[in-house]
Amino acid sequence: MSISLPPKTESQPEKLQPTGWLRYLSFSLDHKVIGLQYLICGFVFYLIGGVLAGAIRIELTSPMSDFMARDVYNQVLTLHGTIMIFLWIVPVVNGAFGNYLIPFYVGARDMAFPRLNAVAFWLIPPAGLMLISSYFINGAAQSGWTAYPPLSITTPAPGQIVWIISVLLLGGSSIFGGINFIATILKLRRPGLKLMQLPMYCWAMLGTSILVVLSTPVLAGTLILLSFDIVAHTGFFNPTLGGNVIVYQHLFWFYSHPAVYIMVLPAFGLVSEILPVHSRKPLFGYVTMVYSIMAIVVLGLVVWAHHMFTSGTPPWMRLFFTIATSFIAVPTGIKFFNWVATLWGGRISINSAILFSCGFIVNFILGGITGVALAQVPFDVHVHDTYFVVAHFHYIVYGGSVFVIFSSIYHWYPKFTGKMLNENWGKLHFLMTFIGFNLCFAPQHWLGLNGMPRRVAEYDPQFTFVNQLSSMGALLMAISTLPFLWNVVYSFLKGEESGDNPWEGLTAEWLTTSPPPIENWIGDAPLVVEPYGYGKKEKPQIPSETAMKEDKK
Amino acid sequence: MLPLTAIYTIIISVGLIFGCIWASNNFNFLPVVASSNAPIYDELFKVLFVIGTILFIGMTALVIYSLIKFRKKPGQEGDGPPIEENLPLEILWTAVPAVVVLFVGLYSYDIYNRMGGMQLHSHNNDIHHTMSSQERIWGGIGEASTQVKDDSQVFPVVNVELSAMQFAFLFNYPKGNIISGELHVPVGHPVRMTMESTDVIHAFWVPEFRLKQDVIPGQPTILNFTPTKTGRYPIICAELCGPYHGGMRSTVVVEEQAEYDDWFQKNSKLSEVEA
Amino acid sequence: MTTISQIEKESDESISSEQEHSDHRLFGLITFLIADGMTFAGFFAAYLTFKAVNPLMPDAIYELELPLPTLNTILLLVSSATFHKAGKALENKHNSQCQKWLLVTASLGIAFLISQMFEYFTLPFGLTDNLYASTFYALTGFHGLHVTLGAIMILIVWWQSRSPGGRITSVNTFPLEAAELYWHFVDGIWVILFIILYLL
Ligand code: HEA
Ligand code: HEA
Ligand code: CUA
Ligand SMILES: [Cu+2]
Repeated sequence: MSISLPPKTESQPEKLQPTGWLRYLSFSLDHKVIGLQYLICGFVFYLIGGVLAGAIRIELTSPMSDFMARDVYNQVLTLHGTIMIFLWIVPVVNGAFGNYLIPFYVGARDMAFPRLNAVAFWLIPPAGLMLISSYFINGAAQSGWTAYPPLSITTPAPGQIVWIISVLLLGGSSIFGGINFIATILKLRRPGLKLMQLPMYCWAMLGTSILVVLSTPVLAGTLILLSFDIVAHTGFFNPTLGGNVIVYQHLFWFYSHPAVYIMVLPAFGLVSEILPVHSRKPLFGYVTMVYSIMAIVVLGLVVWAHHMFTSGTPPWMRLFFTIATSFIAVPTGIKFFNWVATLWGGRISINSAILFSCGFIVNFILGGITGVALAQVPFDVHVHDTYFVVAHFHYIVYGGSVFVIFSSIYHWYPKFTGKMLNENWGKLHFLMTFIGFNLCFAPQHWLGLNGMPRRVAEYDPQFTFVNQLSSMGALLMAISTLPFLWNVVYSFLKGEESGDNPWEGLTAEWLTTSPPPIENWIGDAPLVVEPYGYGKKEKPQIPSETAMKEDKK
Repeated sequence: MLPLTAIYTIIISVGLIFGCIWASNNFNFLPVVASSNAPIYDELFKVLFVIGTILFIGMTALVIYSLIKFRKKPGQEGDGPPIEENLPLEILWTAVPAVVVLFVGLYSYDIYNRMGGMQLHSHNNDIHHTMSSQERIWGGIGEASTQVKDDSQVFPVVNVELSAMQFAFLFNYPKGNIISGELHVPVGHPVRMTMESTDVIHAFWVPEFRLKQDVIPGQPTILNFTPTKTGRYPIICAELCGPYHGGMRSTVVVEEQAEYDDWFQKNSKLSEVEA
Repeated sequence: MTTISQIEKESDESISSEQEHSDHRLFGLITFLIADGMTFAGFFAAYLTFKAVNPLMPDAIYELELPLPTLNTILLLVSSATFHKAGKALENKHNSQCQKWLLVTASLGIAFLISQMFEYFTLPFGLTDNLYASTFYALTGFHGLHVTLGAIMILIVWWQSRSPGGRITSVNTFPLEAAELYWHFVDGIWVILFIILYLL
């Protein structure tokens, strides 16, 4: 390990660091402020999406459609899916942690395009508010987050149009973010830092951003065509005017399958940062990890039609997409085995961060395995569009991405605020979330296999008990947010001081104050060539003059 | 010390494998088997279940074991060993999943073939040219065409036309000019259903048949199946199609030949036609 | 404070906070153009699939006239060349030359737009007539939007390159380079569009 620590100076950090909370409501250009803006904004939307999920689960405690009207149910589930994906997971795993961490990791003082960065963030709140307010004004979109035509063309137009506009804005935000990340990682690395010395999260974000840049525009184009169908009565996807509804599905999934990796690759990156720190061991198999990210990116672009196995695709296409999809399990598996190998033989501190990360590993493997099962055409033909699929993706998006977000908050909270989170509340939060989550979604596998379709407000009474079980789990999950919120607020006000580097981490964000000064380091950026050098005998700290010479080379 | 752990590992693994196989044979996770491709499906399910459960339990056990065994004990100082890679190990865990998914892929392809999924194009050809160039029959699943031909001596194919709309299924039996809201089929007969939607996308799903096919406006699809067990099974619309999507259900009545003839006779508008 | 400014001078530019170097901006622009290109790719893919699986009734097929679009293609290709000239002129500090070429480029672009409008008004089909009509207008319209934006950008660059008072000089060529790159991109898309829509 070789680090050149920034020279301690006598300058006043207070001067560099405006402390007003108002800057979080401003058009700030500081990547750390923007990162936290993303995080807090995303979390607010998560609570809203969670309330909607609560409404769904309340409706489903009885087989009749009695809690809300049927069309309201469809609006609620459309909003739930859209909010959770486009306003919670995608902005948080990419925008929040990406903006906060990437400049540290590449040794820069900000992102490549700070202004574009701020624009990207400020597209999100208006888009989200518009989407949600449509529910109260004209009724929200009610054709699911997939918005398949012709249903999306024939349902009330105002809600659907608002939905399209919001998703376009969010997509734009995501593209701007992606461009910024690619430029920052490839162009803003501090001198002397090689690509293969970057922390894994940079690689994950590079892969994700490539996916964003390649696939999000296709969704934008598709939604523009769809809005033409609604507003101008063209017939791209309208069969009565000669259009083809399947083409929409291909274009939609060309984005939305990669989108699932946009939701999970950054989470993989975050876990790769967290595990080595708390198990005091280097990340196992760095090189294969990098290659497997790139393999997932490439494969992720060519598997979209596995969402369309019952849509009347020709047989050769089904075969191709089955095989391609199954093979994603290989690079993904490499990552999981490497993480277990990272844990193996370490000195693991059992804290909330590591618990959530390990919870992620366990949940994601189950979700991934049901994913591989779904990829088999004959299997999918039975369970497509049933609760089996709902269970599959909640295991991945909740058990995967959301668990990682919680883990990351426990890990980086000291960096964000300079305070520690309370471990006991954290463990309680983990326990309740883990039990509630499994109670909520594990029974849904059975529901799907036995005949409960998704997106229904009323169902066969034989499924009542299992649905109630699932709703109990959702309730427990909802309650589990309370200790977390309490912990975050209480620790912010009265928490224990954390010091600069409470975990003794070796990556660059820990080599500065907590919270960091406005340009990240007082002094020059440290050169971290071994971000995972735990357990190495020698910890030479290259004096900053030497590092500077290194820079000049 | 080491051989003992190895022995434990082997014992636990073998126990796990047999446990999973036992569980897959003794617990029933799926509804009644009522069509000729349902048993094939269940076979695939068992294999996927066994592989999946072994993987899941194995990995979970490793994680929990690591957390307990390698937790930082009180008073312990310093870092773990700086092991960064192990090429043979990494090759192993690339190769094993690759082999497993390759096996699963080929196996499920075989299953799909046995269900008749791959014969579609040749099967459809005869109806193909009777349609205008704008229409295409794509997709669908069911009996292999050869099998239908062999059996058709004994069991003539029942042709049904399904028309789906918000929010109902209508079944048309061209032979008897019957339009029915319920699907009646004789047990053991291959059924060939052409499906088209008049408004939005719906899906025809009978869990007991393990079959699902979207019903698409502007693009007819086909579904072939052979019911093998008498009874009444739900037909469920599985594609979001509007507010009453959840209520868009019907029933398939699989009955003995005689009962079916009876029903057919009673409802047929062309009295001279024999079933 | 002192430390930071000192280090900024000493170390490579890339760790300074004033990070908007033309190098990065050009890279960002290229990434953006890749994204933009994917939007077109989506449209093209949709069009080709429609063509493959939803053939029209024979009586509804209309053969597009070639002369006007061919002229358009030539207009755009020439404008790419003239833009290049403008860039070269700026590099050699011939500001007035550069301005002249920019004007030529802008007029070619505007001529393209006018000719495109003319084609729209003479076509026998409207936006909602059938699938192909809709796709035709969507594709050419989306491209036309890009040309319009490009033309506006050229005019801004032209305004900014006045020799006294303009911000674009042989030292600061980035805005011109960016506009040029974008313009070449729009031309490239047109060539693909022309082949797919008119020739295939
Ligand atoms: C973050 C989100 C995310 C992620 C990462 C994934 C990952 C995967 N998904 Fe999932 N998926 C969704 C989100 C996600 N999915 C969503 C939201 C839907 C529903 C959309 C809708 O209709 O609304 C969906 C639907 C969906 C379908 C369509 C189902 C249907 O509608 O009928 C399919 C089918 O193939 C599928 C497959 C897979 C596969 C194979 C993976 C693989 O990447 C998983 C790979 C991982 C593993 C396999 C585990 C680890 C590996 C090992 C331990 C190695 C050993 C393993 C083996 C040998 C098997 N997914
Ligand atoms: C991407 C992320 C994501 C996340 C995190 C979640 C989280 C949850 N989801 Fe979601 N879900 C989707 C994405 C996600 N979902 C998508 C894409 C769909 C498909 C939509 C479609 O078909 O178009 C879907 C659909 C979906 C369905 C199927 C609806 C249907 O098909 O009819 C169900 C049903 O159980 C469900 C439940 C839940 C639950 C209980 C949670 C819980 O984990 C949420 C827990 C969080 C909270 C509960 C919030 C915190 C608590 C409070 C603020 C207190 C107040 C709480 C109450 C009043 C209960 N979701
Ligand atoms: Cu018809 Cu759902
Ligand atoms: Cu997918």
